[in-house]
Amino acid sequence: MSTVSITSGPRRGWKSAGTWIGAVIVGIAVICAIFAPLLSPHDPFAQDLGKRLLVPFWMEGSDPAHLLGTDQLGRDYLSRLIYGCRISMLIGVTVSIVSGIIGIALGVLGGFLGGRVDDAVLFAITTRLSIPVVLVALAVVGLLGSSMTLLVITLGLLLWDRFAVVARSTTMQVRNLDFVSAAWCAGCSQTRILVREVLPNIASHLVVVGTLEIALAILLEAALSFLGLGVPPPLPSWGLMIAEAKDYMFFSPWVIVIPGIALFVLVMGINLLGDGLRDAFGTQRTDT
Amino acid sequence: MLQFIVRRVIVALLVAATVMTLAFILTRLSGDLAVSIAGPNATQEDIELVRKAYGLDRPVTTQFFDWAGRAITGDLGESYFFKTRVSSLIAERMPITITLGLTGLIIALLVSLPLGILAAVRENTAFDRVVQMVALLGQAMPSFWLGLILMITFGLQLGWLPISGTGSWQHYVMPGIVLAFSAIPALTRLTRAGMIQAMGSDYIRTARAKGLSRASILLKHALRNAAIPVVAIAAVQLGFMLGGSIVIEQVFALHGVGFLAWESIGKNDFPVVQAVVLVLAVIYVALTMLADLMNAVLDPRLR
Repeated sequence: MSTVSITSGPRRGWKSAGTWIGAVIVGIAVICAIFAPLLSPHDPFAQDLGKRLLVPFWMEGSDPAHLLGTDQLGRDYLSRLIYGCRISMLIGVTVSIVSGIIGIALGVLGGFLGGRVDDAVLFAITTRLSIPVVLVALAVVGLLGSSMTLLVITLGLLLWDRFAVVARSTTMQVRNLDFVSAAWCAGCSQTRILVREVLPNIASHLVVVGTLEIALAILLEAALSFLGLGVPPPLPSWGLMIAEAKDYMFFSPWVIVIPGIALFVLVMGINLLGDGLRDAFGTQRTDT
Repeated sequence: MLQFIVRRVIVALLVAATVMTLAFILTRLSGDLAVSIAGPNATQEDIELVRKAYGLDRPVTTQFFDWAGRAITGDLGESYFFKTRVSSLIAERMPITITLGLTGLIIALLVSLPLGILAAVRENTAFDRVVQMVALLGQAMPSFWLGLILMITFGLQLGWLPISGTGSWQHYVMPGIVLAFSAIPALTRLTRAGMIQAMGSDYIRTARAKGLSRASILLKHALRNAAIPVVAIAAVQLGFMLGGSIVIEQVFALHGVGFLAWESIGKNDFPVVQAVVLVLAVIYVALTMLADLMNAVLDPRLR
C-alpha cells in the first residue's frame, strides 16, 4: 500500500465545484431517504396492472400522474425510486458503521500496540483482501435467505479492510507525537489515550474512508440485489428494480436507465463529497 | 533476498489455509446441510440417507480435515448437482473466466497507461482535470448496469456485437470493457501519481541536463520507474477482476467460474461454492505474492 501525495490543483476542498455538487447530491439523497413517505406521490408497493409500463414524462403518451412512468406491475416508478434511495442510504450508512467499528478497532490496536498484535492485524487484512467479496456475500445470503439485516452484517464483515489500513497507518503517525507522550507522563491509561488522544486525531481520515465506504456498499448492495441475492422483493432497491425491469429493457430501455442513473449519480455524489472532504481536511490519499 | 521470498511464501500459505477454513465455515452457516440438500419435500428418512451418503454424520472437525486434506492434493470433492468432480467442473469453466479477466486487464491498461501518462505530463491542465473526472465517473459506474446499457446500444440498436454467450472473440468485447471499467480509475490515478513523482526526481533532471529527447526521458526513464507500482496493482486488480467477474458473467451469460458459483449457490451445491471461493482466493494470493516478488526484483529498495 503506497502513500502517494497529490500535488494540489488550482481549486480543492470547499473551493471546488465538485465538492459542492457532491454535497448537494448527498443532501438531496438524505432528504429523500428521511422523508420518503412524504415525498412519494404514490404507494411504492401498490400495483395497478391496468397501468403497466407507462412511459416517463419526456416521452409521448406519458401519464402526468406518474412522472417517471410505472414498472412492469404498474407501480409508480418515481415513488419506488425515492424509497430505493432510502434503502441505498440506509444500507450504505449502516454497513459503513459496522465495517468502521471492526476496521477502526483492528487498525488502531495494530498501529498503537505494534509488534505481535500488529502482525496479526496485517495478517487479517491480507486474508480479508484475498476473499472474493461479491461471491462470499452472495453465498451467505443464498444460504441464509435474503434480508436487509443479514446483508448489512455480511457486507459490514467484508468491507472493513480500508478502515483498518487507514486507521493503522494514521495511528502509527500519531502515536509518537508529543501530546501522546505527554498523556503517558500524566499517567493516563492506555484506553484513555486511545479514546481521548489518538481517535480524535485520526477522525478526519476515518470520515473520508467512511464516505467512500458508503459509496462502495451502495454499489455492492445494488449488484447483489441485481443478482437476486440482496434485498428481498418487493422492496424497491435500485439494483432489484434493474433486475426486475431487465426483461423489458430491449423494448423500453428507460426502465433500466432511470434506476441506473440514480445509482450512478448518488455514488458519484458521495465520492465527490469524500474527495472534497479529504482535500478540505488536508489529508492525503492513502488508498490505491 | 532469499529470506524475503521465504517469508512472503509462508505468509501466502498461511493466508490460503485461513481462507480454506473460512470457506468451509461459510458453507456450514445454514445449519444442517443434509436438510438443505434433501430439499423441501424430503422426509426424515431421506434426510438421514443424505446425511449418511455425504458423510455429514461425522464430527465437523473430521469433515473439515478430510475436505482440506483432499483439497490440498487438488481433489475438491463431488458436486451434488452435476454429479461430477468439482475440480473438473472448475477446470472446464476457468478458461472463460481467465479470458475475460485478461481481456479486461489489457483493455484497462491500454486506457489507463496513456491517460495517466498524459495527465501527468500536462499536470493541472484542463486535460488532467478531464482525466481525473473520467476516473471519478468510472468509480461510480455500476458494472452490471453498464453491461446492460452496452447490450442495448451495441448489441441491439447497432447490432455490432453479440449480446450473450461465448462463441467467438467478439463475445468478450463488451464484458471485457465492463470489467476494465472497475480497474481503470485506480490504474489511471496510480500511473499519473507515479509519473508525477518520477518526473520531479533527480535522475530526470540529469537526463534533461544531458539533453535527451522528451520522448526518451518520458518513456525510458520516468515510465520505467512509475511502472513498478502499476505492475503490482495490475496483478492485484486481475485478482479482484476474477473474483468480481461473477456479476458480469451473469449479465452476459458467460458460463465461467463465477457463473458456476452463482448457479451452485441457487442449488445449494456446497462443494462447488466452497471450492470456487477457495480457488479464487488462492489465485489472488498467488497473484499478490508474484506482484510483491516482482516488485522486489525490480526495485531493490523494497527488499
